[in-house]
Amino acid sequence: MQALCRDCLSVFENAPRCPDCRSPRVTAHDELFGLTIAHMDCDAFYASVEKRDNPELADKPVIIGGGRRGVVSTACYVARIRGVRSAMPMFKALKLCPDAVVIKPRGSVYAEVSKQIRAMMEELTPSIEPLSLDEAFLDMTGTEKLHGAPPAVMLAKLLKRMEDELGLSGSIGLSHNKFLAKVASDLDKPRGFSVIGKAETMAFLEHKPVRMIWGVGAAAQSSLERAGIRTFADLRRWEKRDLEARFGGFGERLWHLARGEDKRRVSAHAPLKSISKETTFFEDTSSLDILDGHIWRLAEQVADRAKAKGKAGRVVVLKLKRSNHSLITRRTSLHDATQMADRLYRTARNLFDQVGDQGPYRLIGVGLADISAAEAADSSGDLLDPQAKQRAKAERATDEIRKKFGRDAILKGRALR
Amino acid sequence: MKFSIERGTLLKAVGQAQSVVERRNTIPILANVLIEAEGDTVSFRATDLDIEVVDKTVAQVERAGATTVSAVTLHEIVRKLPDGALVDLTDDGASGRLTVEAGRSNFSLATLPKEDFPVMASSEYTSNFAAPAAMLRRLFDKSKFAISTEETRYYLNGVYMHVADGEEGKALRCVATDGHRLARIDAPLPEGAETMPGVIVPRKTVGEMRKLLDDDDVSIAVSVSETKVRFATPEITLTSKVIDGTFPDYTRVIPQGNTRKLEVDAAEFAKAVDRVATVSSERSRAVKLALDEDRLVLSVNAPDAGAAEEELAVAYGDERLEIGFNAKYLLEIASQVDRENAVFLFNSAGDPTLMREGNDTSAVYVVMPMRV
Repeated sequence: MQALCRDCLSVFENAPRCPDCRSPRVTAHDELFGLTIAHMDCDAFYASVEKRDNPELADKPVIIGGGRRGVVSTACYVARIRGVRSAMPMFKALKLCPDAVVIKPRGSVYAEVSKQIRAMMEELTPSIEPLSLDEAFLDMTGTEKLHGAPPAVMLAKLLKRMEDELGLSGSIGLSHNKFLAKVASDLDKPRGFSVIGKAETMAFLEHKPVRMIWGVGAAAQSSLERAGIRTFADLRRWEKRDLEARFGGFGERLWHLARGEDKRRVSAHAPLKSISKETTFFEDTSSLDILDGHIWRLAEQVADRAKAKGKAGRVVVLKLKRSNHSLITRRTSLHDATQMADRLYRTARNLFDQVGDQGPYRLIGVGLADISAAEAADSSGDLLDPQAKQRAKAERATDEIRKKFGRDAILKGRALR
Repeated sequence: MKFSIERGTLLKAVGQAQSVVERRNTIPILANVLIEAEGDTVSFRATDLDIEVVDKTVAQVERAGATTVSAVTLHEIVRKLPDGALVDLTDDGASGRLTVEAGRSNFSLATLPKEDFPVMASSEYTSNFAAPAAMLRRLFDKSKFAISTEETRYYLNGVYMHVADGEEGKALRCVATDGHRLARIDAPLPEGAETMPGVIVPRKTVGEMRKLLDDDDVSIAVSVSETKVRFATPEITLTSKVIDGTFPDYTRVIPQGNTRKLEVDAAEFAKAVDRVATVSSERSRAVKLALDEDRLVLSVNAPDAGAAEEELAVAYGDERLEIGFNAKYLLEIASQVDRENAVFLFNSAGDPTLMREGNDTSAVYVVMPMRV
């Protein structure tokens, strides 16, 4: 069996320790040098960046997230030992880990570091599909000749470079498709390197729970459970057409995933699906004035992003979370795509008025979906709203003023509510 | 209950019923048609709680009675029976089944008690008048394409029928708009309609009512109140709630000062628009109209797909003008023209354009241009 030392990158016949540097960090697998699809996931990315930049935090539990009312976006491994998980409400996290250092996320810093990692990945392959700032798929097919080394070696080198040059660790999953690569990267975290080969795919999945599938959340899980499907073995007992009949298009995908098949390509330009912004209130509110102000500010932020990316969206989404965490979402299609804060605000406000729920709410979000290029956006006016044209002109002028003099140079009155 | 009825008559009655019932609903009885046999008539009643249709037809009633049965299933059965067949419907009350027999076919259908069937509350109509079917057909056929599907503007999800001051005195007027195009159709005001309140007739009602209007010679009894509208032929009565909302003031939307006049053969124009629009596959295909003296150039430029251009001889005597429209909207309004040339009145590339048939102002269309 072939083996690779992740510390000195030497290649040898399997042994518990590297014959060259005596490191125990050895990855061995029959198909190690034949697999080409990888998933790279940074270990507790935000927290690791914070610890790197402030060594005093090194052995303290660190939680990245916003305020008492927010949720945990990342917890370092020290905090994870105490039971803190990402997406956990902050008050719960602090109950588990009262001595945690809570840090507000520094988005621009993480984006900068992410760019550096991205540059390193680009030296390996042009076929990279970033999923977020801290994880990406890499398709290394056909790169062995170029690098003079198989993908596994180059990937181990990537992790080593990240540690040496950026002071950050990551984990690699290596397999023969995206689904399995993503599963693999999670097997041996942190500082992991896991391989799922073609030969053991079926046996590996057999008793694993289906919630392991990316995209199977609580809702999908419970509907699968109602059908008696908990593990991949359960799933394999189903005929393809029965799965399709019960779960639609997703059923077909499930049938293939059950057999470890995933035909999706690693695509460098995953299309933008939606642009949205949301905010959790400091205190639950049902005040129309306050909510209206938030709808406007969120609409403006979403419109700014759309404008910056040269995109527009045809579907407007409003999201509300009640005090008891139950979620209300409303969406509506516009006649043509928009990137204007004014249209977005008016549509979202209209959706809000039709919700017919008194609140109070703890969160509100506004978004655009069904994204397209901006060229054809806002191309026709509204007969019943002749003032819209003037408002659109005013918005474009506002954008110009802000470009010159900064965001706060000009504001709508309702932005102050 | 027991009666015999000719298959064709039954199919028509049940067909009307099954198109009113809501396919997906959580209240089982709403999927049913209420069949009542009495004397020598049988009535078929269906509702979705907003619309109620009753079709009364002659049949050989052997035993009076009433029951309810799935409208869709009964319709499917009758549809598949051979033409000209005599159908026997029997409900013995005790078994809770309705037997449908025709020739050697025999069906037994589950029923629900007639007492559970919701009957729409009767209401006082403030206005009753008779209108020729052909007139109502014109009013609604020419306006319904502009009905909005946007749920956030629910008050646009129907045709606004009201009394208005037309070019030739009082008119019965139908208006529909989705904010991108508008249709305003006038007809002479029928006697007795003067006091009619303006009502927004929902899209589904317009569709169901249209089935009553196929016969030119029929006079339709129309009844209107603030909350309901009723259209009736001697056999079929369609009652519907109207949309509870205020239709926007559409009069200010209709441009008054558009002076640039284009006259074009509507059929030729529509064909040319359809041809050039072929190259673009986008949802909202924009067609550019470039107007010069007696010349119209239609063009579509879809960067990813290709480009198309076509020239038409037209009557136009104003300054050069370039203006863009959604191809679908142009086709829809051009297809409303059936007797004379289409007359377009433009102002600028950013302002609403007006279209009518020749000099006939009883049917006016407004369409919003698109940036191209």
